[in-house]
Amino acid sequence: MNTEPISPESGSKKFLEKLKTMEVDVHSCYQCGRCSAGCPVSEFFDLNVMEVVRLAAYGAEERLLTSKTIWLCAACETCASRCPNDIEIAGLMDVLRELALRKGIRPAEERIAIFHDCFLGSIKHWGRAYEVGMIGAYKLRSRDFMGDMKLGLDMFKKGKLSLKPHSIQGKSEIRQIFSGKGKEYER
Amino acid sequence: MKLSYYPGCSLQGTALDYDKSVREVCAALDIDLLEIPDWNCCGASSAHMTNHEIGNRLPMRNLLLNLDHRHDILVPCAACYQRLRAADIALREDPEFWDVEAYSPDFRILHISTFLAEPEIIARIQEKIIRNLDDLPIACYYGCLSLRPPKVTGARNFEMPTTLETIVEALGAAPVRWAHRTECCSGSLTMARPDIARKLVGDINTAARRGGAKAFVTDCPMCQANLESRQLDNNPDDSLPAFFATELIVAAMNGVYPQKQKKLHLVRPDVLADLFTAQEAAGEERP
Repeated sequence: MNTEPISPESGSKKFLEKLKTMEVDVHSCYQCGRCSAGCPVSEFFDLNVMEVVRLAAYGAEERLLTSKTIWLCAACETCASRCPNDIEIAGLMDVLRELALRKGIRPAEERIAIFHDCFLGSIKHWGRAYEVGMIGAYKLRSRDFMGDMKLGLDMFKKGKLSLKPHSIQGKSEIRQIFSGKGKEYER
Repeated sequence: MKLSYYPGCSLQGTALDYDKSVREVCAALDIDLLEIPDWNCCGASSAHMTNHEIGNRLPMRNLLLNLDHRHDILVPCAACYQRLRAADIALREDPEFWDVEAYSPDFRILHISTFLAEPEIIARIQEKIIRNLDDLPIACYYGCLSLRPPKVTGARNFEMPTTLETIVEALGAAPVRWAHRTECCSGSLTMARPDIARKLVGDINTAARRGGAKAFVTDCPMCQANLESRQLDNNPDDSLPAFFATELIVAAMNGVYPQKQKKLHLVRPDVLADLFTAQEAAGEERP
């Protein structure tokens, strides 16, 4: 049993500041549980949605950033759409994932993080998603060599996976976006 | 009528036939689609889920490209639609933050089914139909991203949408009453956690069959691929084919469901193809 006392005083102030600038008002949560009740993935979570919101209000950053939940959230937005207090709960999950990555915290669901990274890598390179390249990169990095082999082949045979990437003219603009354009003024 | 068109990456790959059917429907309705020149990926879920700046700036580039001709933008992919809408809101709120001098265009971002279900468009579709779909019992499946969150999507009725029902009813199919129309299929997790996708799609399939459906219709390219592939993982015998709304419109307009279209599905679409068997026997190459 975890006997560590949880109180707002012991929480990360920087983290709470970040939530404020992102307009995620976790303090208006009264734990009604609509978010948790509607979440389609909650049975796979290690923290349920209302716990995430309350822990965020405590500033319990580390517990959140090391959770599986932030990676298993499918961004379906059911929680935020139904929250009676209009808390941007899915947006909170976005903030948590980004913080975890920036802090170099090993994602508790590593394959999901690898998937996102491979998908973005393909956009960074070509300007548009290149499915075959993305799948290849994902397989190599996740070492999930056998998963969905049949599906991949079926899709290929149906002409739904193109071997040729779709490249755009404005790739330099895309690279700029990925190199952190706009972030120059952030701390 | 002229519309800007943002197909998105899926419609150039796994959902190539969706793109073709959207273009065909629009051509039949005398709608000129002007593809946004040199558009880029909207970043889909992965960008906004892991990087706020990139998640906004990717779709913003597409909106800024549309400033030149300013037509409303038609978006067939639910994920692209949600991302473009979110970027549009962010840009309007504070263009300077995003290094844009001013941004208050009067073009709208239109999701395909919402657009097609408008009464005057539906009326025009009905004029073009030569073969109705014989009360085919069909489960309209919306998924997430064209609906939620409503303050981004502008969806009028995000818990009880009716646009797909309006469309398939106009084609003479019979939308069934069932529960999971707006439940998530976990498309964004399907590659890394297929087990979760199988569970969610399994629940969706069970509910649809309980409702009496013989097929799904959707307007989301990720949902379409995820529904068909994960149903097959679970149980090929119980699997229902998932059609795109525009695919059904094209079939009803042309009065045929070509063999090569049939082959694009992972789940055999016999239930629709069989409706057209008589027509096919009379010759597939209609003018």
